[in-house]
Amino acid sequence: MASALVAEVARRLARRARWRPFEYAFWLAALASVFLLPGRHLILTEIAWLALFALSLDLILGYAGIISLGHAAFFGLGSYVAALLAKHGRGSDLTRLMVTLGVALIMREIANQIPDITGGADGLQGVVVAPILGVFHFDIFGHVSYAYCLIVLFVLFLLARRVVYSPFGLSLRAVKGNALRASSIGISVNARLVAIYTFAAFYAGVAGALLAQTTAFASLDVFSFERSADLLLVLIIGGTGYLYGGLIGAVIFKLMQDWIANLTPQYWQFWIGLVLVLIVLVGRDRVGLWTGGVRALAERLTRRLAPGAAPVPVPPGEGH
Amino acid sequence: MLTILFDGIAYGMLLFVLACGLSVTLGLMNFVNLAHGSFAMAGGYITLVLVNRAGLPFFAGLPIAFVATALIGALFERTLYVHVYSRSHLDQVLFTIGLVFMSVAAVDYVMGSQQVFIQIPSVLQGRFEIFGVGVGRYRLLIIVICGLLTVALQLILSSTRFGSRLRASVDDPRVARGLGINVNAVFSLTFAVGSGLAGLGGALGAEILGLDPTFPLKYMVYFLIVVTVGGTSSITGPFAASLLIGIADVAGKYYVPKFGAFVIYTIMIIVLILRPQGLFARAAGK
Amino acid sequence: MPVVLETVGLEKHFGGIAAVAGVSLKIEKGARHALIGPNGAGKTTVINLLTGVLRPSAGRILLEGQDITALEACKRVQRGLARTFQINQLFLDLTPLETIGLAIAERLGAGAHWWRLIGTNPQVVEEIVEILARFHLTDVMYERTGNLPYGKQRLLEIALAIACRPHVLLLDEPAAGVPEDERHEILATVAALPGDVTVLLIEHDMDIVFSFADRISVLVNGALFVDGAPEEVARDPRVKAVYLGESLDA
Ligand SMILES: Nc1ncnc2c1ncn2[C@@H]1O[C@H](COP(=O)(O)OP(=O)(O)O)[C@@H](O)[C@H]1O
Ligand SMILES: [Mg+2]
Repeated sequence: MASALVAEVARRLARRARWRPFEYAFWLAALASVFLLPGRHLILTEIAWLALFALSLDLILGYAGIISLGHAAFFGLGSYVAALLAKHGRGSDLTRLMVTLGVALIMREIANQIPDITGGADGLQGVVVAPILGVFHFDIFGHVSYAYCLIVLFVLFLLARRVVYSPFGLSLRAVKGNALRASSIGISVNARLVAIYTFAAFYAGVAGALLAQTTAFASLDVFSFERSADLLLVLIIGGTGYLYGGLIGAVIFKLMQDWIANLTPQYWQFWIGLVLVLIVLVGRDRVGLWTGGVRALAERLTRRLAPGAAPVPVPPGEGH
Repeated sequence: MLTILFDGIAYGMLLFVLACGLSVTLGLMNFVNLAHGSFAMAGGYITLVLVNRAGLPFFAGLPIAFVATALIGALFERTLYVHVYSRSHLDQVLFTIGLVFMSVAAVDYVMGSQQVFIQIPSVLQGRFEIFGVGVGRYRLLIIVICGLLTVALQLILSSTRFGSRLRASVDDPRVARGLGINVNAVFSLTFAVGSGLAGLGGALGAEILGLDPTFPLKYMVYFLIVVTVGGTSSITGPFAASLLIGIADVAGKYYVPKFGAFVIYTIMIIVLILRPQGLFARAAGK
Repeated sequence: MPVVLETVGLEKHFGGIAAVAGVSLKIEKGARHALIGPNGAGKTTVINLLTGVLRPSAGRILLEGQDITALEACKRVQRGLARTFQINQLFLDLTPLETIGLAIAERLGAGAHWWRLIGTNPQVVEEIVEILARFHLTDVMYERTGNLPYGKQRLLEIALAIACRPHVLLLDEPAAGVPEDERHEILATVAALPGDVTVLLIEHDMDIVFSFADRISVLVNGALFVDGAPEEVARDPRVKAVYLGESLDA
C-alpha cells in the first residue's frame, strides 16, 4: 500500500519535467521559421538573442524573485557584486535594484572610457567574426546567424529547463515565495541567490556575445537603463516563471516594436511606457492569464493533432 | 580647491531639494517612484515657458514652478499612484518606468529634443571672489535658497503638528494608523510637496544640470543614489548624502575627468555593500 | 539529563523597548518544556533569537554546548534546531509534496543538486510519503498550499519542521487559530514525537500546557519570572497573581 503510493508519487514527480505538447509545438514552429521565413531572418535573429536575454532575466526574476535594473550589463562583474551584497544579507528590493543599476552604469562608464577597445560612444563597428566552426560564414541576410542563434538558444533553454526542474530550481521558488521559511528549513538563501545570479549572468553574457557576433556591432546601448527596462517589458508581456515567457515575450515585443516604429519612429518610447503603465494598472496576473490562455489554446490544438499524447496536468504553482 | 568645494556644495544642495521628496515617499509608503525626475523636469519646462516665452521674471517663475508641479504631483497621486501602492516592488518599478518613458517622449514631442536654458537675470551671472575663492553668483543663490528650504523643512518636520504626524507615519505606518493619523492624507500632501520641491529643483537646476527630455532618466540614478545612501528614516540622512554625492561628483569630474561619473557609482556600491540600509540609517533595526 | 539548549543573559531591544531582558534558560535533552506568559511577553522573540531570525542585543546561545550566537539561521537548522511559526510561514505556491520534499532534500544535502530531476531520489520520496501520511496530508499533497484550509496549513507548518528531523523542536503556539475539535489532531502529532527529541512549546491553553510539559518557564515583560516543574509553577502565588489571574480575566 505505502510502497504503491511511493511509486505513484515518484511517477507524478517525474512527470513534471516531461515535455508538454505546447513545448513541442513551440520549437517545431521555431524550426519551421528557419525554412519557411527566409526573408525575416534578420528580425528573427534579433528575437532569438532578445529571447535569450529575457530567459536570463526570467531565471532571476521569475524563479528567484529579484528585480534587476542592470540586467543588460550582467557580464560577470555584476553577479559578483550582487553576490557580495547578498552575502552580507539584509539588502532590500531597493538596495538590490540600485546595486544592479549601479553595476550596469559602471560597466557603461568603463566601456566608454576605453575607446580603443570599445569604440567609445560610437560603438564598435566592423567586428570581424570568424566563421562558425570555420565553415559557416555569416551572411547579410542573416540565414546563418539565425540558425546559429536559434541553436544556442535551444541548447541553453534545455539547460535552464533542466535546472528549473531540479531540487535546486525548486528551492529557488521556495526562496522567492518565503525567504524566512526557506532559511528556517536549512536552505542557505544567500548561497542559492548567488548561484542563480551567476548562472543568469552567464546567459546574459552569451546573449551579449551573440549580439556582437551576429550584428558585427557592439554598442554602449546594451548597458543602458532603457535596454534593461525593455527587457523587463519583454518578460512581463510573456509572463514570468515558466521559462517560455521571455521567448514568447521577445516575439511579441519585437513585432510590436517593428509595427510602432513604422507608425511613429521617434516617439516609440511613449508607447512602450504606455504599455508598461497599462499592464500594471490592468494587473500583471491578468496579462499573464492572457498568455496562459494562449498557451492553453495551443496545448489543446496540439493535443488534437497528436491524439496519442496523454493529457498532462500543468503542475500546480506554475504559471505567471 | 575651495571653489570646487563650493560648487560641490551647491550641486549637493540642489540634489537634496530634488531628491528629498522621493526619500520621504519611499520611507512613508515603501513606494519606489522612479518617475520622481519627471516632476523635476516638469518644473523646469514650466519655468522655461513662463520666463523665456511669457517673459515672467525668473524669481516669479520659481514659486509658480513649485506650486504647479505640486498640483501635477497631487493629481497623479490621486488618479494613478493610488492604484499601485499595495502592489509589489516589481509592479511599482514597471509602472513608474512606464511614466518616465511617456514623459520623456511627450516632452520631446512638445518641446523638442534639444537642450534648453532658462534665461536668468544678469545679476545672477558671473562670479566674484571672496578671499581668493571664486564664487558663482548663481550657485550662491542655489545655496541660499536650498539652505533656507532645508531649514524650513527641518522646522516643519520637527515642530509642527503635520511634521510630528509625518514622522510617526514614517516610523511605523501601522502604529500611526492605530493612533488615528490619516496616513493616506499625510502621504498625499507629502507627495505633492515632494513633487513641488522636485519641480523647484528642476527649475533652479536647469542652469547647472542642463534641461532636455532625457532629464528624468539621467538624474533618476542620482536621486536614487541619494536616497539609498542617505536612508529614509530622516531628512538629515539624504541631506548629508546629497552633499557627499555632490562634492564627490564635482571633485571626481574635475580631478579624474577620465572616470567621470564613476566615482559616485563606486561610492554607492561600496556604501550599499557595507551598509545595505544606507549610510545614515539608524543603527537599530534588524 | 544533559542540557541541549542554553541561553546566557539573552537580550533583545527594539528601539528603546527591551522585548527580551536578560533571559538565562536551560533546556534538558528530551525535555517537554513549556514557555508561557502573557501576550507581548517576548516568547516569540526568544524563539526568533534562538533560531537566528533576529540577532540578540546581548547574551549568548549554546546548542549542545557549542556557541551558535553568530551562526546563520540555516546553519542552525543543519545542526538540528527547527521551529514552527506562530503565524504560518509556508510556500503558498508550492504543494505540500514539494514543500516537504524541499526540507528532506535539504537535510540530505541534495537541495542544491541542479542536474538531477526532482523525484528521482527514492529515499526522499519515501520519507515525503511517510511524513505526509503522519500529518493527514496525503489527500491534499498535490494541491497548492495557498488553497488549503487553515487546519491543513497548520498541520503542514508543523510537518515541515518535523521533516528537518530536529534534535530540538521549537513550537510557537502550534494550535493557534485551530478550532477546538481539530486541535487534538495537531497535539497528537506533537505528543507522538520520539522521546529523544527535545521540545520547547509555547502555548496559552493551560490544560494543554499542564498535560504536556514536564517543565515550565514563565516569561513576563521579557524576563524569566518563574522556572520549574509544573507542580511548583502551579503552586507559585506570583504566577497565579500575574499570569494565571490575567488569563482568567481575559
Ligand atoms: N520586529 C519587531 N520590531 C519591534 N518590536 C517588536 C518586534 N517583534 C516583537 N516586538 C515587540 O516585542 C514585544 C514582544 O513580542 P513577542 O515576542 O511577539 O511576544 P509574545 O510572543 O510573547 O506574545 C512586543 O512588545 C512586540 O511589540
Ligand atoms: Mg508570540
